[in-house]
Formats: sequence, structure tokens, C-alpha cells
Amino acid sequence: MSPESRPSFAATAWLVTKKDLLIELRSREVVYTTLFFAVACVLVFAFGFVREGVAVDDAAAGILWIAIAFSGTLALGRTFERERQNDTLRALMLTPADRPALYVGKLMGVLVLLAAVEAIVVPLIALMFHAPLFAFPLMTALLLTAGTIGFAAVGTLFAAMLVRARSRDVLLPILLYPITIPVIIAGVRGTAVLLQPEASLPVARMWLSILVFFDVVFITLALWTFEPAMSE
Amino acid sequence: MDFQSISFTDVSRHFGRRRVLNKISVRCDAGEIVALLGANGAGKSTFLAIAATLLPPSAGVVHYGDSSMAAGAELRARIGVLGHDLFIYPELSAFENLAFFARAYAVRDVSRTVHAALERAGLEERDDPVGRFSRGMRQRLALERALLHDPRLVLLDEPFTGLDDAATTALRSRLADLRSAGCIVLLATHDLETIDGVADRALLLRGGRLISMDEGPGSLRDRYRRASRES
Repeated sequence: MSPESRPSFAATAWLVTKKDLLIELRSREVVYTTLFFAVACVLVFAFGFVREGVAVDDAAAGILWIAIAFSGTLALGRTFERERQNDTLRALMLTPADRPALYVGKLMGVLVLLAAVEAIVVPLIALMFHAPLFAFPLMTALLLTAGTIGFAAVGTLFAAMLVRARSRDVLLPILLYPITIPVIIAGVRGTAVLLQPEASLPVARMWLSILVFFDVVFITLALWTFEPAMSE
Repeated sequence: MDFQSISFTDVSRHFGRRRVLNKISVRCDAGEIVALLGANGAGKSTFLAIAATLLPPSAGVVHYGDSSMAAGAELRARIGVLGHDLFIYPELSAFENLAFFARAYAVRDVSRTVHAALERAGLEERDDPVGRFSRGMRQRLALERALLHDPRLVLLDEPFTGLDDAATTALRSRLADLRSAGCIVLLATHDLETIDGVADRALLLRGGRLISMDEGPGSLRDRYRRASRES
């Protein structure tokens, strides 16, 4: 019965993601709180930036990404709070599984949660701000996917590092937002370009390329630093 | 990889300026149950965390047979830990918890191993979330989680917490089985009466130092008191 091997990288990542999603399916705690927060955020901004049915220029793009960033921070905090409560993150670190695979598993779980939030928030913003977010559905989806991956990649690393810090709730946004500002800016500009009366796909593609570049850099750095950052 | 002993050589651990362990040297062999005694804050949990490879020592070395902590994943696959926190997910059922960790440890026959573990823990009928279990039931489940992958080195931090008489007796018997199977069992506890007669040796930690306990007459508590007075 003694294990002579360890689970593969992909098997470990999938195992962690599946476990996180199963827990979320049971409690629905993170998705409800995150969704409620994102929707509240959109509604409040809609009252501020929409006058007589006309929204301020580029407001929809900015508010979409603010909602993603704020609700994402909430989701990251809660997801790792679960691992802290019974010290299960330490239990994961004690297994022979690849530690970067644990990171990827947690990241995928957060991405699925944020995708669920975006599936509600994007149509809501399109409705409230009269924004043509579905005019270029593929490009919008690619921008959202790349931006969310970049944001969550850094967020997952920091949330894991801060899991035993006393003031983790304060420290997470303080550390996360300055580093992910390029991702947010690229996401906002790329989305804003698509919402113009004369949308420019080449410019949107340029912003998408920048987002993909950030994703590659952030994920590479996170995979590289996760194990040393998590050692006590 | 496998190993037949764990040896600490001049191991110290500091947290900032606070010295928790001070030049600890001790060796434990396969088939031995070693009790780690000491007051709260004596360094027992830190000692176990270093043995579990969770904490590197500030000074000194720990050897697992011929290997060191650098053996990484292969070494972790041979260590089972029951921590002060129970390392289980309250939202998942007992089966789901054990199956998750069995897969993380690449245990071969997950279903059979998990069902056997649940039977030993007396939890095979429970399919509700672990969060609804009593402390004793969660403790039994956590012990099975720690032993799922048949570890060589078993590290138990207060394993008797929350257990009733029947479960305590079962755990004592399980410890004896682990000894027979050639495990190295290190357990930190305050339940001196419970482990008296089960542990082969007792080590007393005080102020970060290891104090020898005589093998003389009297119960483990008597010897503990004597050693505490003399140190």
C-alpha cells in the first residue's frame, strides 16, 4: 500500500480544484457573497454614472473591471480562509504532491468562481449601462479570460502566502492591487475599445496580447515562488 | 525511499529572538513509540513540525535514515501527521476527506483503503459533512487521515484529545499495532496516564532543552514530576 510515486502535476491540480468546487457547491458561500458584492457594486455605479439612460464614456469598462477586481479579492480571501480554519493548507503542503500543482489547483478553483460571477455581471453591466458588451463576444470573452487569469494568478499566490498572517484581510488588497494595476488597465482599455461606436479590433488585440504577456509572466513567477513562499 | 530511524543532531529553532528549541539531540528507531512531554510552550509542537519537514531547523540537522529534509516529496510520502488542528475539511464527508488525501498521497486502491480506514474509525455509516461530527469523531477521522498512506514516521500532536474511553483504548491498541508494523511514532501529549505503558520512552522538553527522564520506579507521572523537579 505504500506509495512509491506521487500524483502527477495535472492530477494534483485537478484534485484540488475538484475539492474546492465540491466544497463551494455544498456551502455556496463564496459565490453568493462575491456575486452579491459585484452586483451591488455595479448597481451603485450605475446610479452614479448613468444619467437619463446615457452612461459616461468608458464607465462600463471601468466598472466591469472594478467589480471583477473587488469581488475577486473577496473570493480569494474566503477561499483561503477555508484552508486556514483547519490548517488544511499545511496538510496539503505535507503531501508528496507537487507544490506548484497545489497552486494551480487553487488558481483554477478561483477562476471558475470568478467566471460564474462574470457570467452574471457582464450582462448586468450591458443592461444597466447600455454597453454593447456582446457586439464582439469572442474578443470580450478573451479579454475577460486573460485579465481574470492575470489578476487571480497574483491573488492566489498572495492569498496563500498571507494565510497565516494576522492582518491578511488588509494586506491582501494592499499587496494585490498595485501589482495587478497593469492587468486592470489593459483589461479596461481593451474592453473600452470594443465599446466605442467605431470599435477597433486590432487595438483590442494589442491589449489582449499585453494581458497574455502579463499572464505568462505572473504565472511563471508564481509557479517559481510558490514553494519557497509557502515554507515557514 | 524508506528509513529506519530519525535522528536530531544539535537541532535548535528560533522565532525571532525567542529560542524554542536549544541543541536537541535524540534518535528514535523503527518500532519505537516515543512520548514527547512538557508544559505548554515547551517546544513539543515545534519539535514535531521540524520532524514533519514543515519547519527547517535554525541550526543542526535532522536525518531520516541516510536522507535529510532535502529528500522533499519522497520523504513527505513516508510521514504521517496528526496536528493540533485536524487537517480535515468540515464541508466534506468522512469518505470524501479520506479519498481526497489518499489521492494526494497516490495511495493505490483508494476505495478499499478509505473504507478500511472508515471502518477502523467507526465512521463507515456516516455520510454527512464532518462539520457535524463530535470532536472525538473528528479526531478519529484525523488519525486515519494521517495513517492512510502507511507512513514510516508517525507524528501525533495530542492524539487523545476529545476521545472517549472506548476510542482511547482503540487508539492505544492502534499505537501498539503501529509499533509492531515498524513505525517510528513520536507523540506529544499531556495525557501521561493514558500513554503510560504504551510509550517505550519519554522525552521531557523544558525551556527548549531535552531533559532525560529516568527509567526508575513509579508511574510515568511520578517520573515526569521527578524530572521536572530536578531540572
